Amino acid sequence: MGNPILDTFFEETEELLESLAEGLESMQGAEFDKETVNSVFRAVHSIKGGAGAFKLNELVSFAHSFETVLDEVRSETLELTPQIMHTLIRSADHLTDLVDAARSGRSMPEDVSAGFLSALQACLGEGKIEAVDAWDNFEFAAVTLDIAPIEEPGAEAEGEAAPAGFSIAFKPHAALYANGHEPALLFAALADLGQMTTTVDLSAVPEWDDLNPTEPYLSWTIALRTDESEIAVQEVFEFVHGLCDLVISPLTDPTPPAKAEPVPEAKAAPAPAPQAAAPTAPAGPSATAEAPKAEAPTMSDRAAAAVAALKKPEKGDDAEAKAPKATLRVDLDRVDRLINAVGELIINQAMIAQRLQDMTSTRDDDLVMHIEDYRLLARDIQEGVMAIRAQPVKSLFQRMSRIVREAADATGKMAELVTSGEGTEVDKTVVERLADPLTHMIRNAVDHGLENREARAASGKPAMGTIKLSASHRSGSVIITVRDDGAGLNRPKILEIAKRKNLVAQDAELSDSEIDQLLFMPGFSTAATVSNLSGRGVGLDVVRNAVTALGGRISISTTPGQGTEFTIMLPLTLAVMDGMVVTVGGQTLVVPITSIIETIRPQPSDLHRIGTDETLLSIRGRMIPVVDVSRALGFPSPEITGSPLLLLVESEGLGECALVVDGVQDQRQVVIKSLESNFGSVPGVSAATVLGDGRIALILDPDAVAGGRSGYHMPNILSNAGRTAYANV
Amino acid sequence: MTLKVLAIDDSKTIRELLRSVMEEAGFDYTSAVDGVDGVERYAEVRPDIVITDINMPNMDGYGVIDAIRKGDIDNQVPILVLTTESGDKLKQRARQAGATGWIVKPFDDVSLVSVIRRVTGIG
Repeated sequence: MGNPILDTFFEETEELLESLAEGLESMQGAEFDKETVNSVFRAVHSIKGGAGAFKLNELVSFAHSFETVLDEVRSETLELTPQIMHTLIRSADHLTDLVDAARSGRSMPEDVSAGFLSALQACLGEGKIEAVDAWDNFEFAAVTLDIAPIEEPGAEAEGEAAPAGFSIAFKPHAALYANGHEPALLFAALADLGQMTTTVDLSAVPEWDDLNPTEPYLSWTIALRTDESEIAVQEVFEFVHGLCDLVISPLTDPTPPAKAEPVPEAKAAPAPAPQAAAPTAPAGPSATAEAPKAEAPTMSDRAAAAVAALKKPEKGDDAEAKAPKATLRVDLDRVDRLINAVGELIINQAMIAQRLQDMTSTRDDDLVMHIEDYRLLARDIQEGVMAIRAQPVKSLFQRMSRIVREAADATGKMAELVTSGEGTEVDKTVVERLADPLTHMIRNAVDHGLENREARAASGKPAMGTIKLSASHRSGSVIITVRDDGAGLNRPKILEIAKRKNLVAQDAELSDSEIDQLLFMPGFSTAATVSNLSGRGVGLDVVRNAVTALGGRISISTTPGQGTEFTIMLPLTLAVMDGMVVTVGGQTLVVPITSIIETIRPQPSDLHRIGTDETLLSIRGRMIPVVDVSRALGFPSPEITGSPLLLLVESEGLGECALVVDGVQDQRQVVIKSLESNFGSVPGVSAATVLGDGRIALILDPDAVAGGRSGYHMPNILSNAGRTAYANV
Repeated sequence: MTLKVLAIDDSKTIRELLRSVMEEAGFDYTSAVDGVDGVERYAEVRPDIVITDINMPNMDGYGVIDAIRKGDIDNQVPILVLTTESGDKLKQRARQAGATGWIVKPFDDVSLVSVIRRVTGIG
């Protein structure tokens, strides 16, 4: 791929845009400190700086205008009204778009940018945004051409006309040395322009006893013979302008002044006196006003801290570690390879442990202990490696506030996003793959969840609707919820739509939760039933599929008049999980621990046969459907008889159900190996794993298995294709 | 001798750009991510020249200049300020703060290197 530094720029810009959004977010709050505005300013400023280096002109000029307004806010010359805040937020959105456009080499339509630019202009009222200085023309000019005119009567005019050269009178101030300049270097630069003769004036040097080493006593007169213009000469002195007395005049008398001894070699010219400005030197009796030397009486606190840091003993070794927020960018492939290796390590550990357990005759306590250490270490390594991939959901959440704004604008509603738990860390893949489903859910929440203004007013709600987005960790899972404060689901209407689309039998009678589940059915959501905002051909079934693909579950709950809440439950990692190893129909399967509530062996009297095919379990006064896993997966299996072992599992949306298994073997951490690349999506099975003894076991998807028995038809839970896949495993 | 450059900029992009230019020129390059880091690195690296950004978190470029100029490690080292503005006000302020010179972003490789050689007299 192209320029690695350009890649760095885009990566960095991504982060800057995040901190920009975050800063603007907190600027909306009642109180924010100055540093917040500073960081917002810096983010835009850095983007501009980097963009300039790559000649991304559109980006530069917009960032410049944006920055100008932020600067005014920062210096408090511009009051931060809600209107201006709005403009800033929209500008940040536009800046994001411009970055995306630049990354893909596109150009934004000019009128769009023009609209945003004029909104920024409007913020400043009378004050105009200066043209982007130094940015209009990206053909690199020489570094700096600061030609401050030297106000010296008689010095100008004939300058260009007289070809002979210039006479330069140069008397450095103390500040010139203090700023790190060295007259010899200036003379060397002058010598490059032509032939020169230097004369040093030592007359100001006092007697030894009166000598103040920080005070400059020397001055020079230089005769420069050159065809270069005066501008070229002034350029040499560009950095020292104001730090010295400087008179440049056309050379009238070609012979150098005779008074002092000429110094032909420029480098030899400067006297050492000023350079002797040793910091330990006692201040002389003569005033040293201009010399900011070692005593530094008026250090600011920050500078003082910095000076203290300067004085710290050198420690080269851990320099890298001391850098604040030191991070390391690693290619994702490398991390994934590591994760894979750790997975193998865990399997390997399990195999050794198993073998050891089998060899009861030669039991060696020491060895058992070491293996246990090995297990703990492997787990530590695994957690450490997983942590590398973990990312806070913050960046994901920040993107959503824009979705809310746009959805609200498009529907004419008022809506704000309230987020919590942004610091919750999730696997990077989850963050990436959740972006689309979450976007869709947020749009839905604004579009379908929130009522229109009139309806809200009628029910006494504030005009501003609230979308709450939160993340948290709960018992080994990540929970993400999207909640609106709208009217809640309209169940009769949902049922009606489902019937019209033949998703359920015309005479079906469904419970509330079953009706809610209809929303997730493919074909429920189509362009005809959703507005043009949400309806982009994707329904909640796509959301559900995305979540399931991540090993997660999605559920819905609604309170009429108060709103609807979607809950996504995801595994912490995509690579390892705690599972219960069970036997079903002679096969070994793994059931995720997170979905198991308890294991029970019921009395035969607690099992009730209903009709020909269905069995219910009576437990603690409730009736729970019993699912024969073996049959559901198409294994050959006898009828359920006697008192089978049951796993009580929580199935999303369908409540609890009991899975029939032959026996429980073990409970352990298993490494998840995806089947999808080889077998496609296998219904009823989410993945596979390798057990300690080297056998391969399928990981059960309890939701799909439980859903298969349900009264209304879920999409082909166990198709023939699925069965074929099992046969092949 | 190899010229040692310390660049202080919170933008990784700029740091990397500078790195490519500096290494191309055969300089020994070290970078720091903000003012505080820069001042620490300064003590460790003892560079022949410092190039610093102005707008940075923790400590800005003026703070860096101040710390170096008032510190006791080679306090007359040349310090170049990297800036996006080319206005006189900025230059005056930089000069007052004790900067040796300035470079306007976006910078041009050749001029940057020649400015560095000019103010250090090395290379």
